[in-house]
Amino acid sequence: MKPATMPTEELMGSGHLACQGCGATQAMRFALKALGPDTALVIPACCWAVIDGSFPHSCIDLPIYHTAFETAAVVASGLKAGLEMRGDTKTTVMAWAGDGGTFDIGLQSLSGAAERNDDFIYVCYDNEAYMNTGIQRSSSTPVGAWTTTTPVTNYKREPKKNMIDIMAAHSIPYIATASTAYPHDFMRKIAKANTFRGTKYIQIFAPCPTGWKLAPELSVKMARLAVTSKMYPLLEITDHGQKLEVWKDFEPTPIAEYMKAQGRFRHLSDAEIAGIEKDVEAKWERLLAKERMLASIPGL
Amino acid sequence: MSNDHSGRIRMMQGNEACAEGALVAGCRFFAGYPITPSTEVAEHLSVKFPKIGGRFIQMEDEIAAMGAIIGASLTGMKSLTATSGPGFSLKQENIGYACMAEVPCVIINVMRGGPSTGMPTLPAQMDVQQARWGTHGDHGIIVLSASSAQESYEQTIRAFNLAEKYMTPVILLLDEIVGHTTEKVIIPDESKIEIVNRRKPAEKPKDYLPYRETEDCIPTLAPFGTGYRYNVTGLCHNETGFPTNDNKIIGKLVHRLVKKIVMHADDIIEVKKTMLDDAEIGIFAYGSVSRSARSAVLKCREMGIKAGLLEPKVLWPFPKKEVLAMARKVKAIIVPELNMGQMAREVELASRCAVPVHKLGRVDGNPIDPREIVDMIKGVV
Repeated sequence: MKPATMPTEELMGSGHLACQGCGATQAMRFALKALGPDTALVIPACCWAVIDGSFPHSCIDLPIYHTAFETAAVVASGLKAGLEMRGDTKTTVMAWAGDGGTFDIGLQSLSGAAERNDDFIYVCYDNEAYMNTGIQRSSSTPVGAWTTTTPVTNYKREPKKNMIDIMAAHSIPYIATASTAYPHDFMRKIAKANTFRGTKYIQIFAPCPTGWKLAPELSVKMARLAVTSKMYPLLEITDHGQKLEVWKDFEPTPIAEYMKAQGRFRHLSDAEIAGIEKDVEAKWERLLAKERMLASIPGL
Repeated sequence: MSNDHSGRIRMMQGNEACAEGALVAGCRFFAGYPITPSTEVAEHLSVKFPKIGGRFIQMEDEIAAMGAIIGASLTGMKSLTATSGPGFSLKQENIGYACMAEVPCVIINVMRGGPSTGMPTLPAQMDVQQARWGTHGDHGIIVLSASSAQESYEQTIRAFNLAEKYMTPVILLLDEIVGHTTEKVIIPDESKIEIVNRRKPAEKPKDYLPYRETEDCIPTLAPFGTGYRYNVTGLCHNETGFPTNDNKIIGKLVHRLVKKIVMHADDIIEVKKTMLDDAEIGIFAYGSVSRSARSAVLKCREMGIKAGLLEPKVLWPFPKKEVLAMARKVKAIIVPELNMGQMAREVELASRCAVPVHKLGRVDGNPIDPREIVDMIKGVV
């Protein structure tokens, strides 16, 4: 018999209200396995404001503070400060927000908390649009995508906002990206984040079959293809923004395989997809160059 | 417009009707943020605007959306945003800015239940006082109401007309039922729809004063980029638009901001009366509740009870005269509404204790059933 490779303890039970194949739900289950029961959750308006269900059927066996859309990070700041004042130093506070609540309306409060280096883990489950209100674009929506506010006649022309660089500019102790296709990697990063004091930011790629017009059974596969097509590099930034490690140990796959499986990209021509592939490749090369550059500076 | 049945007939949601009304009114700029139950207004315009040279921007938050429509309006564009409770709260500072700087714009609030996140998918009318007093400081404001998709269409057009005429933000309140009900809308021929456009300065740029004292108390703001140089500020300002600490000027300014709406109340206020002439019981109802009230009136009449309905299409300025006239004729007034008596209080004040005012408030996310109104009327009779 093979030993279990992840904790068997379940802090997220069955009976959640997510759609089939929801990456955000898989992500929560893994994150809670990595953190254990000494955890308090802060969740702003997002799909997860609904997913955990209503009394007595809530699927999360932890205290949750559902807060206003723009305040996940600052509420986490206050919660942690209050716990510390009461002498509780072992409870981990985890803010858990979608990309709209992170990249857009929550950016100001996240920036404020990160600049103060308030002590909590902030996880953005990134499904690349406002899914809870019915698939509107966010600043995390990738170029070329359809949403209900970027119709195919006027699809999104702007590239996805680079939140990782924004967070790195705050010199916080730990930043990482993750993908639901690599749960062990994600759990390792959550556990590692919990060893630092200060603001930790983890952004996990979490497919939304409903919003991406994707077959639910392809959710995990898409999460893998996003990484292997270099669309969504897995990386860690430590030493307060000074050290970058990019995961490169994978067989690259073409972007077309990733994009053509999803209805949100169906209107794109082969030439447009080739153009996006070129951009992705250039960004990837710049990322690797940055990794080499940071590694080459002595004394860091 | 409602009596004109010569137009095209379409099936539309209240939210979509707002978007269509905005297009006809000449609106070409929308800035907004996704929020249930108003998002369809944005979705509809995101498809329509790019095809006709309009601009749709999905903003990073609610505050940004309100700021952007004020900016666009200063260039002369008719500008719109749509939101619901929590977003409406976030917009309040900038709504006050638009009142102070006298920048026309339209804010559609498809009301959900509160406080806070409350009931995103259930109907309520809990923002009627916030629409009046949500932003800080003394100010005048115009707030319209709609009870159907047809009215959503018409009232959106009227909201733009009033905003441009009186140089003020105008708020249109829908509730979730009105916003999400798909029903028949008669779209009249465009030549039959009255469209009001912003007054342009008659004087040359060198003689121009944006906030010049006028008899009608309405300023004439030249669109930015047309050669008229002036200052726009949220601070108390003089006729040039530059800030001032002169108490006389400050006092005059705040008085004028309030007077601007009050003195034109007769032009702004609109009510609809149903069987009110011989009524002994008067109902005051707005939004989706007025539909239940209409049904209750008919049921009462069948039973031989003389009930009538006063429906304010404009909530603010409050139709005091019309309410007082009703109070002097009836024996009691019933105010059914999806809050704990926010407008009943106004009705009580306006009726000057002439008759008892009975509240019928619901705050549980359910609509008000006509039978509840009938039962209350039977109790009162």
